[in-house]
Amino acid sequence: MSAEALFFWLLAVTTMGCAIAVVVTQNIVRAAVWLLFTLGGVAGLFFLLGADFVGATQIMVYVGGTLVLIVFGVMLTAQSPFVTMRAGAGEWGLTLVVGGVLVGLLAGVLFLSPWTGPQSDSAAPQSRSVALGSDPARSQTVRDLGLVLLGIREVHPNGSIPVPIRDADNNPQSVPRREIGYLLPFELASVHLVVVLVAAAYLARARRRTGSPSS
Amino acid sequence: MTIAVEHYLLVGAVLFVAGVVCMAIKRNAIGVLMGVELVLNAANINFVAFARYNLLFVLEGQVMALFTIVLAAAEAAIALAIVLNFYNNHLTVDVDAAEDLKG
Repeated sequence: MSAEALFFWLLAVTTMGCAIAVVVTQNIVRAAVWLLFTLGGVAGLFFLLGADFVGATQIMVYVGGTLVLIVFGVMLTAQSPFVTMRAGAGEWGLTLVVGGVLVGLLAGVLFLSPWTGPQSDSAAPQSRSVALGSDPARSQTVRDLGLVLLGIREVHPNGSIPVPIRDADNNPQSVPRREIGYLLPFELASVHLVVVLVAAAYLARARRRTGSPSS
Repeated sequence: MTIAVEHYLLVGAVLFVAGVVCMAIKRNAIGVLMGVELVLNAANINFVAFARYNLLFVLEGQVMALFTIVLAAAEAAIALAIVLNFYNNHLTVDVDAAEDLKG
C-alpha cells in the first residue's frame, strides 16, 4: 500500500466517520465539534489532491470563519431544551433507510461508471504532477489560480493550454487556448459578499422581541 | 492499490448523504445548517477530485471549489442571522415551531 493510499484511507475514514457522527449525535455542541473534524479532514483531502490553495482556503474560511460563526450561533441559542432535541424513533428509522438506500445507489453508480474519458489519462502517474500546475517543477497552484481569477490564462509558447492532452497513441496533443478566465464571476462574488455582509448586519441587529422592554 | 477518482467520489457521496440526512433529521435550525455545510463540502470534494484526475478540468475545478467556499460562507452568515432573528422573535430554534406562514 503506497503512502498516498495510506493517507487517503486515513483521511477518508476520519472524514466519513466524523460526518456520520455529526448526524447521529444528539448534542448540538458536539455536532459542531464533529463538524470541525470533518472540515479539517476535507482540507486534508484537498492537500492530498494537490490543491494546496483550496485546502488552505478551506481551513481559513471554513474552520476559521464559518465554524466560529456556527459555534457562536450555538452559544447564543443554547438554552437547555434546545441543546439536545431528539427526533422520534420512527423518523430515525425512516431516515436511516432512505440514507442507506441513497448512499448505496450513489456508490453503485460511481463505481460502475467509466470516469476516464479519452481526454484524460489518469492512469499515467507522471502526468499527474504536470496536471498540478503548468510547470512540472512548480507544483503550487496559487499563481495559476490568481491569474485565472484575474481573467488571464497562462500562455504557452505555441498558444495552447499548458496541459498535455494525449491521444490514443499516447502522443502529446495541444488543444486551442481558451482566453477567457473567471474575472466576472470573481467580481460577482465580491459584490455578493458585500451585499451579504450588509444583509447579515441588518438581519441580526440588536432588537428585542416585541412586548419586552427594549435595552 | 491505486487511489482513483472513484474513491474520492465515494467520500463525497457519503458526506452528501450525511448532510441530507442531517438536514432531514435535525430539529435544531443550526443542525440543519451543519447539514448544508456537509453537502457543500461533498460537492467541493468532487470538484477538486475531478480537477486532479481530469486534465481538462485542472484549474476549473479548483476555481469552482473556491467560489463554492465563498458562497457557503455567505450562506452561513445569512442563515445564522435569520436563525438568531427567529430566536429573538420566538425564543426557540426548533424548526417545527416555524409555522407562522401555515394557512
